[in-house]
Amino acid sequence: MEKSKYDFWVGLFIIGGFLALAFLALQVGDLNSERTRATYNVEARFENIGGLKFKAPVKSAGVLVGRVTDIRFDNQKFQAVATLALDAGYKFPKDTSASILTSGLLGEVYVGLDAGGDDKMLGAGDKITLTQSAVVLERLIGQMMFSKASEGAGDKDKK
Amino acid sequence: MSDSNAPPPPPLVDIRDADFAYGARSILKGISLSVPRGKLVAIMGGSGCGKTTLLRLIGGQLKASRGSVHVDGQDVGALEKDDLYALRRKMGMLFQFGALFTDMTVFDNVAFQLREHTGLPEDMIRDLVLMKLNAVGLRGAAGMYPSELSGGMGRRVALARAIALDPMLMMYDEPFAGLDPISLAVVGQTIRRLNDALGITSIVVTHDVLESMQIVDYMYFISDGRIVGHGTPVEIRASSEPFIKQFVHAELDGPVPFHYPSRPYAADLGFNGGASS
Amino acid sequence: MIEAVSLLGRRAIAAFVRAGRRARFLAQVLMHTGASLKRPRLTLREIYFSGVMSLVIIMVSGMFVGMVLGLQGFETLQKYGAQEQMGVLAALSLVRELGPVVSALLFASRAGSAITAEIGLMKTTEQLKAMDMMAIDPIARVVAPRFWAGVISMPLLAALFSAAGIFGAFVVAKILIGIDGGVFWGNMQAAVDVRYDVLNGVVKSVVFGVAIATIATFEGFDADPTAEGVSAATTRTVVTSALSVLALDLVLTGFMLRTPH
Repeated sequence: MEKSKYDFWVGLFIIGGFLALAFLALQVGDLNSERTRATYNVEARFENIGGLKFKAPVKSAGVLVGRVTDIRFDNQKFQAVATLALDAGYKFPKDTSASILTSGLLGEVYVGLDAGGDDKMLGAGDKITLTQSAVVLERLIGQMMFSKASEGAGDKDKK
Repeated sequence: MSDSNAPPPPPLVDIRDADFAYGARSILKGISLSVPRGKLVAIMGGSGCGKTTLLRLIGGQLKASRGSVHVDGQDVGALEKDDLYALRRKMGMLFQFGALFTDMTVFDNVAFQLREHTGLPEDMIRDLVLMKLNAVGLRGAAGMYPSELSGGMGRRVALARAIALDPMLMMYDEPFAGLDPISLAVVGQTIRRLNDALGITSIVVTHDVLESMQIVDYMYFISDGRIVGHGTPVEIRASSEPFIKQFVHAELDGPVPFHYPSRPYAADLGFNGGASS
Repeated sequence: MIEAVSLLGRRAIAAFVRAGRRARFLAQVLMHTGASLKRPRLTLREIYFSGVMSLVIIMVSGMFVGMVLGLQGFETLQKYGAQEQMGVLAALSLVRELGPVVSALLFASRAGSAITAEIGLMKTTEQLKAMDMMAIDPIARVVAPRFWAGVISMPLLAALFSAAGIFGAFVVAKILIGIDGGVFWGNMQAAVDVRYDVLNGVVKSVVFGVAIATIATFEGFDADPTAEGVSAATTRTVVTSALSVLALDLVLTGFMLRTPH
């Protein structure tokens, strides 16, 4: 009698524990869509990736179509190379352009894809050639101040 | 028992000139004793004289720092763990307070070694356990837990557990401590009966002279880590050895002084009349 | 002054020696694992006592922690207009940190102390010595099943804690605040990574389980065989486990947070 009591409760406990793990993996972590869907990798080169992080989303027309799976630095061309894992269900023309965008002023950084008009589609290992780098806020401010300053100088000359 | 012209069989337990110390504190100094097969031997002495340590040496839980301890022809101190465990299966030990497993019933306590060491089917284990419990008169308590037993009953259950595997050597650590006179007599008689009926060799460590005189074949007296006397109960009773006399007749003062070593009483009380100051 | 420094030195040396003995004890337990694998029933019984008996406190605490996270998270996130991220905040805190750490602290005080007290009592009443005299190794028969029960129970309890916590946060989000369920789960799924968040949390709780089980069984086995000795050992188990869990958490987090590549 004693033994079957232990068996029952321990069995229940272990099943419950694994259900909780499954819950964390599937409902909280969404293992389904992350692992089971097929993807293909394409590369995109950027002058500057700004705050782009590993696993950042790749969106096209606002829809999540893939994730950034690798970021490295090309020491020959001095450029950043991002590998994008795109969902196999979505095809993009060869001349699609990639840009690094930010959702909102302080939101997450993601890669946006704008489809081109080519007949041929991007395949695994292809490179996206048309890219637009991240907007770096400091540079933007710097440029603005510089142009203001030169404007000011121009005004002085006029006087 | 044996043929009169055959050489006497070697003793089951043979201790030669054994020393033992806890760190710097010397417990046993040059102990030599032997326990012949089939006999019931008592090791007696005051509290803290090293009697229990001696049992631990025989059981191999402690190792002598000098000298040797042989049990059944094997040098206990030199055995590897597996061989030591093989030897211990042939030994039973009754601990001072029984040391029953508190989370098991009386039945499971007695069945413990049978289940751990033998691959016997459960119905056979059941028969054996009930037999052992019957031998100590506690078959009716099989379903109880150790916390429900009186001191004497607990001691007897522990005894049944110790003899579960029919050991060749039984060791009893203070089997009479803290028992009322009736329980004490019951435990004493049970020890003697088991010794004779099962052909066990027994060592009883105790400070209870009167009870052990009734049941044992031979006695050793230990004081301050040394053997100070030995003999059969008849010889002991007649002994004029001062320590044995004091111990057997429970005299207040003798070789074991009543007073712990100290300065003269008068000096401690501050009287200067004493010769000491 | 010299006195104080040498006291510190003595303490440090003592702590070091103790850590070493603990490691040796762990090695001994691991060596005797084969024996307890042959008899899973012994371990199963101990899982009942340490795992199942801790269930209520773990689930209830998890639920409370999750609800508090929900409320506090909402309060803070609202200032930045990001209250939909509340689920993300609760899930990440629970799965990465609070689940493994808080459940380990609870487990140490609920089950760890019980293991120490039980083994210590067996030592005090000479049950361990009796077992040893019966040619049954107490480490194999008494310690190893309790050790493995702790190691197995810990990650399951941590997962249950996190799950209960996320459920608690969900209840707060849905009922008290009125965040849409789809938004709650959707944001969470987008932000929580199975490998880097969930799996790392499980790894942490396994490490904590090994630490607590080692400490609890060692302290019981090493306790002074007196009533005071056992109670001191029980206290040491809780204190040492708590410190070890927090220190290990810092080290593990340090390793895990490095940008994965």
